[in-house]
Amino acid sequence: MLRALEKGADGVCIIGCMEGECQFKTGNLRARKRVEQVQRLLNSIGLDGERAQMYNLSSSDAPLFARYAEEMDERIRGLGPNPMKKKKNAA
Amino acid sequence: MIVADKKPVEEIIEYVKDCRKVLVLGCNECVTVCEAGGKKEAGMLASALRMYYANQGIEDAQVDERTLERQCDHEYLEEIRDIADQYDAIVSIACGVGVQFTAEKYHNTTVYPGVNTCFLGATEQRGLWTERCQACGQCILAYTGGICPVSRCAKRLFNGPCGGSSDGKCEINKELDCAWQLIIDRLKAIDRLDLYEKLFDIKDWSTDRAGGPRKVQREDVQI
Ligand code: SF4
Ligand code: SF4
Repeated sequence: MLRALEKGADGVCIIGCMEGECQFKTGNLRARKRVEQVQRLLNSIGLDGERAQMYNLSSSDAPLFARYAEEMDERIRGLGPNPMKKKKNAA
Repeated sequence: MIVADKKPVEEIIEYVKDCRKVLVLGCNECVTVCEAGGKKEAGMLASALRMYYANQGIEDAQVDERTLERQCDHEYLEEIRDIADQYDAIVSIACGVGVQFTAEKYHNTTVYPGVNTCFLGATEQRGLWTERCQACGQCILAYTGGICPVSRCAKRLFNGPCGGSSDGKCEINKELDCAWQLIIDRLKAIDRLDLYEKLFDIKDWSTDRAGGPRKVQREDVQI
C-alpha cells in the first residue's frame, strides 16, 4: 500500500471478502487493521489518510464492486492528486 | 521475548528531520514477533520517512531499510559494517539492547531508537502482550507454581497476598489478576499447597538491578 502511494498512486483501495467469510479466516480482518495503520501513518506525515481504503465484497457482486470503485474515484478526485506525484514529476 | 511498542512516527521524524541519509534497521527476532520492529515495520517506517521528506520538499533525502537476523549479536551487526558510516543516522527498531549494541559498534554514526522497549513477556493473543519476568537473576518459580510474584505482583510480595486482594483481583486495578491468588490456585491444582505454607527468606536482590549492571559469564562456553 505504502509503496504504491510513495510511487504516486492517488489512492489505494484494498478489497477483501466479506467479514466472516474469508477463506483464510482472519485475513480480511487483518487487512482492515493494516489499512487503518496506513491511514494513521499517512495522517501523521501530513498526507491524507483517506487515500487508503478498505472494502469488503463478495466475489460475485459486480454491481457493488462498481459502486465501491466509483466511491473511491470520487473520494480521490475530491482529495486531488497525491503530492508524491507532483514531487516525482518535478524531479 | 522482549516486548516493544512502536514509537509514534512524529517522534522519529523529530529525531531525523535534519538528516539526509537515514537507515531504518529492523531486527528479525523479538520485535518481529511483537510487530514493532521487524522487516514489515522497517519497510513501513522507511516508506513513511521517504514520503515525509518528499512532502517537505526535501529532494535529496535518502532512506534505506535493512533487517538483520539480530541486533544483539556481533556477527549479524557486522553485516552493515561497510555501509553504516554512509548514513547521517540509523533508526534502530530493535529493542534497547539492539539500539545500544548498534551504537557501540558504529561509534561515529548517530543511532536513534525507533521503538519503546517495554518488558519480558508473552503473546497472550494477537496484539496483546503481557509481562511475565523482570529478569531478577534468581528465579523462584519452582516455589510459586510457575507464577512470578516479582513481575506479576504489583508490590513484588514474596509472602502474599496483601490485604488488597479481592475476588482474585489486585487492588491497583480490578482488571488485573492478583498474582498471589493465581499462585495459590495453581499450587492447589498441582497439590503443592505445602509450598505456600513455607515462608520465603528475604530475597537476595543483588542479582537484580539493585546490584548495578549485570553480566553472565560462562567459562564453560567461552573460548
Ligand atoms: S536485538 Fe533485541 S529484539 Fe533483536 S533479537 Fe536481540 S533481543 Fe531480540
Ligand atoms: S522470579 Fe525472577 S527470573 Fe523468575 S520469572 Fe520472576 S523475575 Fe523472572
